[in-house]
Amino acid sequence: MKILLKNIEEPDYTGSIQDYRRKGGYTAVSKAIKEMTPEEIVEEVKKSGIRGRGGAGFPTGVKWGFIPKNTDKPIYLICNADEGEPGTFKDRIIIERDPHLLLEGIIITSYAIKSHQAYLYIRGEFVYGANRLNSAIREAAEAGYIGKDILGSGYNLDVQIHRGAGGYICGEETALLESLEGKRGWPRIKPPFPAAEGAFRCPTIVNNVETLANIPFIINNGGESYAEIGVKNSTGTKLFCLSGHINKPGIYEFPLGISLRSLIYEHGGGIKNNNKLKGVIPGGSSMPVLASDEIDVSMDFDSLANIGSALGSAGVIVMDETVDMVDVSLNVAKFYAHESCGQCTPCREGMPWMRDIISRIKDGKGKKEDIDTLLDITYNVEGKTICPFGEAGAWPIRAFVNKFREDFEKHIN
Amino acid sequence: MEFSQETKQKFQEILSHYPVKTAAVLPAVHLAQEEFGYVSEEIIEYLAKFMDMSPVFLKNTVSFYTMFKGKETGKYLIQVCHTLSCSLMGAGNIIDYIKEKLNIDVWETTPDKKFTLVKVECLGSCGTAPVMQINDDYYENLTEEKIDEILSRLS
Ligand SMILES: Cc1cc2nc3c(=O)[nH]c(=O)nc-3n(C[C@H](O)[C@H](O)[C@H](O)COP(=O)(O)O)c2cc1C
Ligand code: FES
Repeated sequence: MKILLKNIEEPDYTGSIQDYRRKGGYTAVSKAIKEMTPEEIVEEVKKSGIRGRGGAGFPTGVKWGFIPKNTDKPIYLICNADEGEPGTFKDRIIIERDPHLLLEGIIITSYAIKSHQAYLYIRGEFVYGANRLNSAIREAAEAGYIGKDILGSGYNLDVQIHRGAGGYICGEETALLESLEGKRGWPRIKPPFPAAEGAFRCPTIVNNVETLANIPFIINNGGESYAEIGVKNSTGTKLFCLSGHINKPGIYEFPLGISLRSLIYEHGGGIKNNNKLKGVIPGGSSMPVLASDEIDVSMDFDSLANIGSALGSAGVIVMDETVDMVDVSLNVAKFYAHESCGQCTPCREGMPWMRDIISRIKDGKGKKEDIDTLLDITYNVEGKTICPFGEAGAWPIRAFVNKFREDFEKHIN
Repeated sequence: MEFSQETKQKFQEILSHYPVKTAAVLPAVHLAQEEFGYVSEEIIEYLAKFMDMSPVFLKNTVSFYTMFKGKETGKYLIQVCHTLSCSLMGAGNIIDYIKEKLNIDVWETTPDKKFTLVKVECLGSCGTAPVMQINDDYYENLTEEKIDEILSRLS
């Protein structure tokens, strides 16, 4: 069952508007705009049960429903294409190889939330992707799907590409809003949530690329058929990004609920060089690592949360028996120390502190107490910052220490 | 220093998509970097005048973003990812190899101003690790042979 890679996996598919239409593309926009009211679309998306694919897993239809009724302010849709979570590379493939699938999702969503202006915030490094999207927008405008009076319905929509300029934090939705407004990417205190007060102080919906790319299917087939795919509370298919010590790295689309073991051993071809698995991060580097005896878990939101990790962005990073988790946690700690925006003291100070302690341990200069100090810092960052970046840096370090403590102890005598 | 006529037009077009002028800051700084190669203090002062904004506001924004370069770099900016998936797949060796080949350290530029080498965080291409970006282009599944070939093609 493929929704997102259906076209991309066709050998001669180019992603042009002709190809996209040949595959039945843009029929969902016609159906939505000509036959459905915005409220009916929101209802359909609620029925689908789809949860956000950007990391937090919030139910998409419910989020759309938070837009204040009868507001006299303009409403904005923002497509989050910042894709910066280490281990994640799924939005890029949609952007580069099936841009119209994303645009169709954006158009339907804008119509559903009564927005006339959508911004597609794409990380600055994706230059090719931004160019690709810009030409796709031109094609869609020429065909009458974007612009004034779409399909003769009187509905107007402008879609504008907005390039980021480097900074992982700008993927966090309120940092993204600040960045869009021309400021430093410093997260905002919530509430107010973006749906009430977002871009330019107006109601705003922020959705991930993959989330929006599912919307045409939901409109074409109905929310109920979407809800039949996957498992309870985690409906639909998901793009899984396999990287690290795996024989067949890449993007795989499966219904939510596939087991991590089959993802790694059946589809990913197993561990490189026939080595043994040591650990695997299931949802991008912000999510707690799983030990090799935890991989019979079902890859869905609830099952991963139940074992103390999370689906996150489904960036699956595989590590074999040759790795030292001290090296891995140092790499991860360096990332969060580098990317902390500096706004909240516990994060600004805590991330480099963790980095320095791990670095000291690695150099053989660690003290016995260091391991517990590390854990202590994670608890003093978690929950004490404006945005979830604090947890994103604290959780993985805590898991590396708790699950692979012997690796740390080996360096300390 | 001044924007070309073409860039000024591009800027006006961009501005028409936003309800407030500050939203055009990132696009404008990108335009400046494309046209002048980097965004020095002097360029920020010009931009501030051009956009009728406080230079302090602009500086505050520009200094936050890693892609905006404060000074000139080599003609080719080699940005090697050293985040987890790339590191597991040998990014460290790739960086060492380039350092040795170009005889420069990370953050340095070759004397002929051709190459600058930097380390960057996850480029969103972890399935084809190790990865680097040179100026706008991605190079994936890197090996030493591939690097030889890529660098020799750049003139
Ligand atoms: C530190 C941090 C980084 C994030 N980066 C991204 C990102 O690159 N892309 C993304 O879609 N969401 C990212 N998110 C999640 C967004 O804040 C937001 O939840 C998401 O874009 C909402 O879209 P969804 O409901 O469709 O998932 C990040 C969150 C945090 C805390
Ligand atoms: S870790 Fe290098 S591209 Fe993601």
